[in-house]
Amino acid sequence: MTSAHRKSYGVKGAPYAFLVPATVLFALFFALPIGYAIWLSLHKVQVNGLGLGSGARQEVWAGLENYTDALSDSEFLDGALRVLGYGAIVVPVMLGLALVLALMLDSDKVRLAPFTRLAIFLPYAVPGVVAALLWGFLYLPDVSPFYFVLEKLGLPQPDLLDGGGLYAALSNIAVWGGTGFNMIVIYTSLQAIPAEVYEAAKLDGATPLQIALRIKIPMVAPSLVLTFFFSIIATLQVFSEPTTLKPLTNSVSTTWSPLMKVYVDAFGKGDIHGAAAGAVVIALATLVVSFGFLRAANSRNKRNVSQGAAR
Amino acid sequence: MPNITKHRRFVATAVAVTLGATTLAACGGSDDDGEAQAGPAKLTYWTWTPGMDKVVDLWNKGPGKEQQITVTVKKQASGDTLVTKILTAHKAGKGPDLVQAEYQALPTLVSNDAVADIAKESGDAKGKFADGVWQQTTLGSDAVYAIPQDIGPMMFYYREDLFKKYGLTVPKTWDEFAETARKLKKEEPEVDLTTFSANDSGLFAGLAQQAGAKWWTTEGQKWKVGIDDAATRKVADFWGGLVKEGAIDNQPMYTPSWNKALNTGKQIAWVSAVWAPGTLTTAAPDTQGKWKMAPLPQWSDSENVTGSWGGSSTAVTTDSKHKGAAAKFAAWLNTDPRALTALAKEGGIYPAATTAQTSDAFVQPPAFFSNQSDFYTAAAEIAKTTAPSAWGPNVNVAYTIFKDAFGAAAKDKSDFGAALKTMHDDTVADMKKQGFEVSE
Repeated sequence: MTSAHRKSYGVKGAPYAFLVPATVLFALFFALPIGYAIWLSLHKVQVNGLGLGSGARQEVWAGLENYTDALSDSEFLDGALRVLGYGAIVVPVMLGLALVLALMLDSDKVRLAPFTRLAIFLPYAVPGVVAALLWGFLYLPDVSPFYFVLEKLGLPQPDLLDGGGLYAALSNIAVWGGTGFNMIVIYTSLQAIPAEVYEAAKLDGATPLQIALRIKIPMVAPSLVLTFFFSIIATLQVFSEPTTLKPLTNSVSTTWSPLMKVYVDAFGKGDIHGAAAGAVVIALATLVVSFGFLRAANSRNKRNVSQGAAR
Repeated sequence: MPNITKHRRFVATAVAVTLGATTLAACGGSDDDGEAQAGPAKLTYWTWTPGMDKVVDLWNKGPGKEQQITVTVKKQASGDTLVTKILTAHKAGKGPDLVQAEYQALPTLVSNDAVADIAKESGDAKGKFADGVWQQTTLGSDAVYAIPQDIGPMMFYYREDLFKKYGLTVPKTWDEFAETARKLKKEEPEVDLTTFSANDSGLFAGLAQQAGAKWWTTEGQKWKVGIDDAATRKVADFWGGLVKEGAIDNQPMYTPSWNKALNTGKQIAWVSAVWAPGTLTTAAPDTQGKWKMAPLPQWSDSENVTGSWGGSSTAVTTDSKHKGAAAKFAAWLNTDPRALTALAKEGGIYPAATTAQTSDAFVQPPAFFSNQSDFYTAAAEIAKTTAPSAWGPNVNVAYTIFKDAFGAAAKDKSDFGAALKTMHDDTVADMKKQGFEVSE
């Protein structure tokens, strides 16, 4: 009786024992830091008088003050708008290019496919900061070979580090670096489409263009959703490109993107409490936007499936 | 931008920055007094000065060996990021024993109770420094929070050959400086005298200091902020005017473009500090021997005063268990002739200690200025004319605001006075938000 009881207890406990390592790691390296960030965001530093000497500053409860400050900070909101503008260029251009390139590589007529694939993918292997530096040099009129050529040809020389040109310049870096990755994701799912589908389409008299539009694109839709999802997140968190270009121009402020503002608050102004609140806001916004998109995409998918079934 | 690890951590990436701060800041601050302990002491020293390990070797093999005080150098990044790192380490109670700190960062460090008062241990160090330099380490009190290491008296650098070519004379006053810029622009529209750069706040702070600005002062138990005072406004309007009329360039310094402009003679002067030869060596290598240094232009004929741009000190932290030993090392490092010579040779610094400025290490001019044999004699004379400075507890905040406000104003060629007002207002607002008493 007792031994049987012990045995069943041991079996019952086994799943929990297996869960322990993952739970501990999750708690230590994920839940705990996030919890601490939230704790920080709910506190602030209070200074007395001149604030010199020991005991002149203490950490006090701030409630939601840091959050109201972050949300009412015009720089933070302007940064969010700038990032939205940037994303409106990057995401469609990058994914459009990735899709077109993937379809082209997938067609029968392409030559040197492995080499081309690698060549398109290669910029992705260049670290973001290096890519931004590289392009930064090319954007600076005095040192850029492009501007040299434009000048020699007597063509207009756009200012890529100011105004609207800056968005194009920043987007270009992201598109250059990110297209290859997204192309590989789409291309891989194209390769997974069974050959019978194409055969059937050809027998029905579909042209290559029709095959691409009516068969390939709908069938890789899940990959498109995935790449879109990744791209939105990466866009909302843009940091290294504008940070790297910042020293080169007066047009990029230290708070150009929301994440840069968080960085400046924490490491420029030494206000980790305000920075924590900003980071939590960005995390929540990213969560809402990206999962909102994912849900919308999924529900549409389901609707299409059920409609198809009804027919 | 998009990379695999980022995708994987998609939910948490936004908080990553905070997490960085978090792990550093973990554990509440513990303040033990750490009175000088007897016996051998092992000290760690956070510094960004190149070659400091070699200077410290001299200590470890010499006086340090006798007194059983061993110092280990931990190389750091310079500037604001180190201040943040010191503060987070202090919060965790794990600060090093000694830190290198720029003068303007000292009030922030003192305000966070990160650096210790070493008035008792600093001995006769005070007499080795100019009053204006020493005063920066006391914050106007009886305490001593650091020993000065290097200073950055500001000077005017110009291309001697091109000044001759364009028929320009070295400006003695800022009015003459403006005239020189205009004259040059008229004759050579492609060439600029210099640029107004907003990416290093220390330059503007130094220029304001020369004009007599006092950005932070105390009145009893209240701070008084004077960023938007008459002196600073004069400086802001002067440079804003030159940028607006196009007499000088408005692009930032330290960019590949700027290097090229200096190297090819597209910019022919630079308002800088005593450390400029080092920067010019890398920025404009082809112009060696073509530059000359002169005193900074003055606001009136009768004046002879300069500001400072850069410079740092050695401070002992409140976390140190061996404050006495650490203070001894700090004093040796910055006053002992052997240490100072090594600092000049290995670290390329310009010493704060007055006797060291005319020591053997500073007989020869810097290699880049081989044409100006009296470079360091002139520099020592200029250093004596440094105006007192007045730093406050949130210089880092003011400096950040400066970069954005003046960067935008320079880009748009708009009113620098408005940018200055933003800098003043936001700095005061930040102090009030933190709870500092600020008098209006």
